[in-house]
Amino acid sequence: MTIIDKTADVPAPRGSNDESGPLLEVRDLHVEFHTRDGVAKAVNGVNYSVSAGETLAVLGESGSGKSVTAQAIMGILDMPPGHIPKGEILFRGQDMLKMSNEERRQIRGQKIAMIFQDALSSLNPVLSVGYQLGEMFRVHQGLSKKEAKAKSIALMDRVRIPAAKERVNDYPHQFSGGMRQRIMIAMALALEPDLIIADEPTTALDVTVQAQVMDLLAELQRDFNMGLILITHDLGVVADVADKIAVMYAGRIVETAPVHEIYKRPAHPYTKGLLESIPRLDQKGQELYAIKGLPPNLLHVPSGCAFNPRCTMAQDICRTEIPALRPVTEQDGTELVGRGSACHFWKETIHG
Amino acid sequence: MGRYVARRLLQMIPVFLGSTLLVFAMMYALPGDPVRALAGEQAVDPTQIAEMKKELGLDLPLWHQYWNYLVNLFQGDFGTQIASGRPVADIISEAFPITVRLALFAFIFTVVVGISMGVFAGLKADTLRDRGLLVLTLLLISVPSFVLGFLGQYFFAFQLGWVDPNVSMEANADELILPAVVLGSLSLAYVARLTRTSVAENLRSDYMRTAVAKGLPRRRIIGVHLMRNSMIPVVTFLGTDLGALLGGAVVTEGIFNVKGVGSAVFDALRHREGATVVGIVTLIVIVYLVASLVVDLLYAVLDPRIRYA
Ligand SMILES: Nc1ncnc2c1ncn2[C@@H]1O[C@H](COP(=O)(O)OP(=O)(O)O)[C@@H](O)[C@H]1O
Ligand code: SF4
Ligand SMILES: [Mg+2]
Repeated sequence: MTIIDKTADVPAPRGSNDESGPLLEVRDLHVEFHTRDGVAKAVNGVNYSVSAGETLAVLGESGSGKSVTAQAIMGILDMPPGHIPKGEILFRGQDMLKMSNEERRQIRGQKIAMIFQDALSSLNPVLSVGYQLGEMFRVHQGLSKKEAKAKSIALMDRVRIPAAKERVNDYPHQFSGGMRQRIMIAMALALEPDLIIADEPTTALDVTVQAQVMDLLAELQRDFNMGLILITHDLGVVADVADKIAVMYAGRIVETAPVHEIYKRPAHPYTKGLLESIPRLDQKGQELYAIKGLPPNLLHVPSGCAFNPRCTMAQDICRTEIPALRPVTEQDGTELVGRGSACHFWKETIHG
Repeated sequence: MGRYVARRLLQMIPVFLGSTLLVFAMMYALPGDPVRALAGEQAVDPTQIAEMKKELGLDLPLWHQYWNYLVNLFQGDFGTQIASGRPVADIISEAFPITVRLALFAFIFTVVVGISMGVFAGLKADTLRDRGLLVLTLLLISVPSFVLGFLGQYFFAFQLGWVDPNVSMEANADELILPAVVLGSLSLAYVARLTRTSVAENLRSDYMRTAVAKGLPRRRIIGVHLMRNSMIPVVTFLGTDLGALLGGAVVTEGIFNVKGVGSAVFDALRHREGATVVGIVTLIVIVYLVASLVVDLLYAVLDPRIRYA
């Protein structure tokens, strides 16, 4: 399949010339919500990084703090009740948490953009999609209404919305779910940001449309050489798109790994459980495995390893000592690049 | 859209007929009649009265009188006052502009102050200023407007001497400010509360989060994204409210002695001048109907999800 697209330029590689480090680096990020019932510790020391052209998939059950981490990066947390007691979010080496509101606003949309899960509620119902797309150019680049509209149509073409020219004045509710998500993607893409955070971009869509939207996102990410943080709770989606994976549990990263290795050899019991709960064709008819128990209550995270009440491998130490995210090695001690696990018994998990 | 408007205009016909008939019947049912009222306390020869009534068509049954009234009305004749001999159309064209002006002032006051207060509180829901607004509006809602009127009159006219307690015949703009504030205060409370709730609710919406994530300036996020959505229920309320203000003006006019529709209706009621009362009430009903049609159309402009067919 070849698609000749005249509007797309060959993108200049970005992020490679200035700083050599990662585009975005989250260091020991903590986020709490001060609610009536107490302090919900939604994020408890997250570390991850993304480079230009790289896709990081963030995985985990719902409630594990994936979205809250993303919101902290975007600077769109509800504060209050949200509160960041600790941590750094470095964008091109600069800590965004120390920036002024105006500096952060300049980054939003222009350098880092976000795609939300539910495009219907995330688009403004009373403004036409052309207006909402064009707003990016008018506000950030000072273009006129007319120029902005032309750019909006080009964008809609770029994300392959049919009859873009006729539909530019339509409203969100007049589009199908898949088309709406394409509009969301177009809006994030508008100013060709360095990094896009996609928070469950396909969860609200039909299965058939999911793959199309995912493919589009992956294609655009390649074409523009952007960094991409793909948040999902669907391990199946990740394999084709992501470069590396970070698995979250109770506000912590419990395992990191290059994407293909994790499927072969998970180094954390939680990841193992997630993998075993994916429906597989060769096991059709068998009962699907599910991790027993419920995700922890963030008001009272279990002591020690937060996963211990649900873990089949848990020992006494798991209930008292929080396992740090440590490098994972081969049995003989050779380093496995990019791999880490926050489990006291990672050796037994990966090698046993 | 055109068909919708046409249908709405057609629907006004039965409402118009119903409301005129209702007022007409009420006037008919009231004890006393204009001819006797004309005579006042004096004893008059009953045969003379009967003769006059016959001349004026007041001896006919209700339906017949109503029919005659309608026939005249469609010829552009609102009738003539029996006591003064003045055409009702004159009375209306004198009194109506004053009342409309008063209602319009009250409306503008309601819109500007009410929406501002609502936005101010809604942006910071559940804070001190929000609670303050809640208490203030509760006060405005629970205190009857005539009490508010007398209080306003007492402080601003008698104590401070800023205004005259009575509005002159011309009803100049500056004289109408205090009556307009009193008239609009109840609506103001509702508008402020409605705006506050709507703003607070929309603030939490997903599209507001998107607007922030787009890196838009705060001014734009509030002014365009939040306001467009938050104003939808408020505009609906304001439409029906315009009619209510016209009706409420009748009471306020009494307090401040404004020579508008209110005093015209009072006079007409006292003299049992049916045609005058019916004419004025009908006009108010029509203004109300037209205003609510305009608002419904505006509603579709504000909210593209609404389609009229
Ligand atoms: N605005 C908020 N107020 C209070 N608690 C919140 C808020 N947003 C998120 N949380 C808490 O943070 C937890 C993690 O949420 P989230 O990051 O959305 O999970 P997910 O991994 O499914 O995206 C939630 O379970 C919730 O308790
Ligand atoms: S630390 Fe213990 S409880 Fe936690 S995952 Fe490893 S084995 Fe299970
Ligand atoms: Mg989420």
